[in-house]
Parts: sequence; C-alpha cells; structure tokens
Amino acid sequence: MYPALRTPRRAAAAATIALLTTAVGCAPQPDAKASATSSGAAAKSCSQGKLATRTSGKLTIATDEPAYEPWFKDDKPANGKGFESAVAYAVAKQLGYGENAVVWQSVPFNKAFAPGVKTFDFDVNQVSISNERKKAVDFSSGYYDVRQAVIALKGSKAAGATSVADLKGLKLGAQVGTTSLDYITDVVKPKQEPAAFAKNDQAKSALKNGQVDAIVVDLPTAFYITGAEVTDAKIVGQFENMGGTPEQFGLVLDKGSALTGCVSGAVDALRKDGTLARLEKQWLSDAVDAPVLK
Amino acid sequence: MTVTKGESVPEGADGEADMTGGAGDGYVPSERRLERERYKRARARRATAVAALSTLVTAVVLYVVVISAPGWPRTKETFFSAQYAREAFPKVLQGLWLNVRLLVICGAAVLVLGMLIAIARTLRGPVFFPLRVLAAAYTDFFRGLPLIINLMIVVLGVPALRLQGVTVDPVLLGGTALTLTYSAYVAEVFRAGIESVHPSQRAAARSLGLTNRQALRHVVLPQAVRRQVPPLLNDLVSLQKDTGLVSIGGAVDAVRAADIIVGRSLNYTPYIVAGLVFVALTIPMTRFTDWVTARMDRQRAQGGSL
Repeated sequence: MYPALRTPRRAAAAATIALLTTAVGCAPQPDAKASATSSGAAAKSCSQGKLATRTSGKLTIATDEPAYEPWFKDDKPANGKGFESAVAYAVAKQLGYGENAVVWQSVPFNKAFAPGVKTFDFDVNQVSISNERKKAVDFSSGYYDVRQAVIALKGSKAAGATSVADLKGLKLGAQVGTTSLDYITDVVKPKQEPAAFAKNDQAKSALKNGQVDAIVVDLPTAFYITGAEVTDAKIVGQFENMGGTPEQFGLVLDKGSALTGCVSGAVDALRKDGTLARLEKQWLSDAVDAPVLK
Repeated sequence: MTVTKGESVPEGADGEADMTGGAGDGYVPSERRLERERYKRARARRATAVAALSTLVTAVVLYVVVISAPGWPRTKETFFSAQYAREAFPKVLQGLWLNVRLLVICGAAVLVLGMLIAIARTLRGPVFFPLRVLAAAYTDFFRGLPLIINLMIVVLGVPALRLQGVTVDPVLLGGTALTLTYSAYVAEVFRAGIESVHPSQRAAARSLGLTNRQALRHVVLPQAVRRQVPPLLNDLVSLQKDTGLVSIGGAVDAVRAADIIVGRSLNYTPYIVAGLVFVALTIPMTRFTDWVTARMDRQRAQGGSL
C-alpha cells in the first residue's frame, strides 16, 4: 500500500496528516435547522407534498422487520393494514403525500431511535416518548396512549396475580430498550433479576417454554399474543401509568429534523378530527381493557 | 563486558567506575574506558530525554486534535458521559459476575472435554476407527458452526422440546452451547500438541516397557500440553468474551446490563463501560499468556528439559 516510511520525520509528518484528516473527517453533519414546533408556524412552512424529505417528492417511513400485529398486518407495512400502517398513511396524506409517494424502509427497533443521521423521514415502531430519549431524537406528538400489560400461561402461579405485589416473587421478562422492561424494574421491583430479551419473539418463546413466569408487553400486543400466538396464555392485568402521566407512542425523527413540526401538526390534526380514534377502533378494538394491577 | 587487555592503566585513575571486574584483583579501568562509559551514560540520558519530549509532544498534539475536532462535544456526551458511566458501572459489574462464573465453569469443562476428544482422535489401532471418526466429525462440525447459531438452537430451541429432566435455565443452556463449540477448538489445539511430540519420544517410552497408555500419560501428554499453553490461553480469552452471548436467552450479563441502559437513554456510555471492563479483565490474562510463553522460550533456549 504505502512505500516504507524511511525517516522518522517523514513518518511523523504522515501520522500528523492522517490524524488531521481523521479529525476533519469526523466533523459532524451540520444540524438541520431548528424546526418550527408550534403548529401555527408549522402550517405555513408545511407546504403540501413539498417538504424537505430524504428523497424529494417521497416520504420515507421506517419500521422494524418483522412488523408485528396488530400494528401491521402480514408483515407488510405498505399494505395500509394494522394500526400503525394506517396511521402512517393518514399522516402522509395529511402532509400531502399520497399512497404512491410513501416509501417503506426496514430499520431495527433499537437502531430506529439511536442517535445519528437517519435514513428515513420518520419511524413508526411503537416507540414510547420519554424526556431522556428526546435528548437523542425528535418525537412527533403522541399518536397512541399505551398501557403495559402482563401475560402469563393459563393456570400458572403468575396467572392468578391480582396486584403488583403478587408479581414480586416471579421471574419476569421483557424486551430490551422498551418501557415494558422499565415497568418491571421500576414498578414491580421483583426479587429475581428480570430476563431481558433482544426481541419480543424470544420473550414469547421463553414464556411458552417456562423459562419465565410472565412477560410484560404493551396492551394491544398482549391481546394479539394471547389471542393468536400463545393461545394458552392470558392477560393477567395492566399496569397503571408510571408517574401518573399517560405513556404515548410517537413517530421518531432525526434530532432537529425540519419535519418535526409538520409531522406533529399532522398527528395533532388527525387526533382533532377523530381519525386516530377511528383507526384505534378499527385495528385495536379488542385492546380496550384488562384488569388493572394496583 | 570484557576488558580489553593491553590497555595501560595510568596511575591515579580512580577505580570507582560502575563496571564488572572482580573486586580486589587490582584492576583499574583505563581513562579511555571511563571516557567511554561517561559517553554511553550521556547518550542514554539524552535518549531518555528525547523519548520523554516526543511522548509529551505527541500527547499534546493528540489532545488538541481530539478536543478541537468539531463534533467532540457531541461525541463526549454520547460516549463518555460521566453521569451514565456512574449509573452503568455497578450494573455492568453485577452482570460481569455471570460472565466470570461462566468462564470458570465452561473453561474447566472445555479443557476436560477437549482433551478427551483429542485423545480419541489420536488413538491408534483399527478397533478405535469409529471413535476417531466420531471425534473428527465432532470437531469439524462444531468448529464450522457459527457460535451464534449454536447458541440459538440450544438456548431457544431445546426448551421447546419440553424434554423430561432437561433444564430450561438459559445460563446453563448457554454454557452448554459455549462448551460444545469451544471444546472443539481446544480439542484441535491439544491434538496439534500431541502430534507435535516427536515419534521417537513415544518409541523410546515403549522401548522402556511402558504401555501405550503409560507412554501417552507420562511422556506424550505432558510435553503436548506444555507446548500448547499459549494457544490454550488464547482460546480462554476468546471464551471469556463470548460468554456474553448467553444473554440471547434473556440472562443479564455485563453487555446486556449495558444494553438495558442504552435502550432506555439512547446514550452509548454504558457500552464503553462494559467494553472497558472486559478489556480490564482480559489484560491480566494476556500478560500472563505472554509471560508463560516467554518463560517457555527461555527454557527452550537454555536447552532445558522439555
């Protein structure tokens, strides 16, 4: 590759140049201009279908693969079926992008809201909004108020739990990076260390195989799992919201993205005109209620 | 240091030079020799000074380049946040305890199993043919099988069989998977060691009336194992880092403990903390490996007993 560096001086010079190149090469991308956050200001700059998207004229939306029910149907985000797919298309329409102008992209859950440059305009992947995360990414307004629920195999010790205290002695599990896991560590505070899985699929199989007594997932997912995937499991109950504030799913955007204001405005508009409620009823109607674990 | 003969020793030269030469044999170093010593010392001092200065300059340049690089504040916040490091450290250490236990237990199991497989592969005689074939098949299969697939099958797949009396504990299953893969590696290391012992050793042992088994036990294996200490320790360091993969079954080791905090906060400092903890654990082992290797090389160089 390189000719041998014969003299120390030459080597030093080369090293310095390499260092400087690296340092300059590591310069961060310029931040996108601070977005207009108030929807009033947003409305002016959010010209229909002409936003500063990744690909001009297209809206790139990301989600994980596989895309789980009931948020998506048949692992095909682009079919408009399932709550999150429907919401994504509704938001796109609100922003002036028709179905043909929406491009889907597969991005793993953890990667979707990792800091750094994004390859998508926004990500829809059951990501809970939290202040800590807001330091790394932008969120739209919440599009769904979520509750966390406990699932256990029917007839097991865990299935009979009626309060948070009843869960303390059990082996619980949840997916890493989810608020579900936070509920175990901060609300239940179990005696045994909770199992932390890379994916919900592994949590499900661990529950099936008796490696954990119960797992925590969000309520709609819990209804889907107990209804279709692990039919010998039941929902033990749902948690009250931590800290009394409702937990919400939000669309994830790059930190300082120019679109945040517009996307938030679109979500707010959909909430106001009842679209979100209608879609919830359509896709998540059975996830209405479960006994609350006090 | 040899003293050249024939150098006239001038009168009155002080013989307090720091040099060899039997005390009390009337030897007094020459003026020229002292001059040479002084010169050498001066050169050494100068070399040390230059090295220190150049190190200092390099450090300053590196510091300035890193700190003044655009993007450093964000890097610092994302990877070197003191607040998250403090939060992560105790949890990572707690998880590390699992890694260490796995390393000790799997390490012992791997050494025993690997040795048995290596012996099975090197047995002589037609009657042992199936055993040789099985051992060879085992090492070929498990060396070729990606560890992650092995872990997934054992940790996630085996419990689904609902076998009577088979544990579903992800740590035990993960340890089993690690042992399977690593014993294949270690078996090959041992086999190479056994085959590197010169046939004359075995022949000599046999001619002294030792049985095949005795020859293996007292003559061949001690030489084989001693020769293979460095590669064995290498595999041990590698095993130590791979113990973290049992977290696939939900067990919380050092890496997964960091994972949990990263997932919640989107700050990557916990990964750095976990990485450094592993490095800190590996360095003593690596140094030990180097020391053992160097010691063996010295013995061999001195023509010490093998």
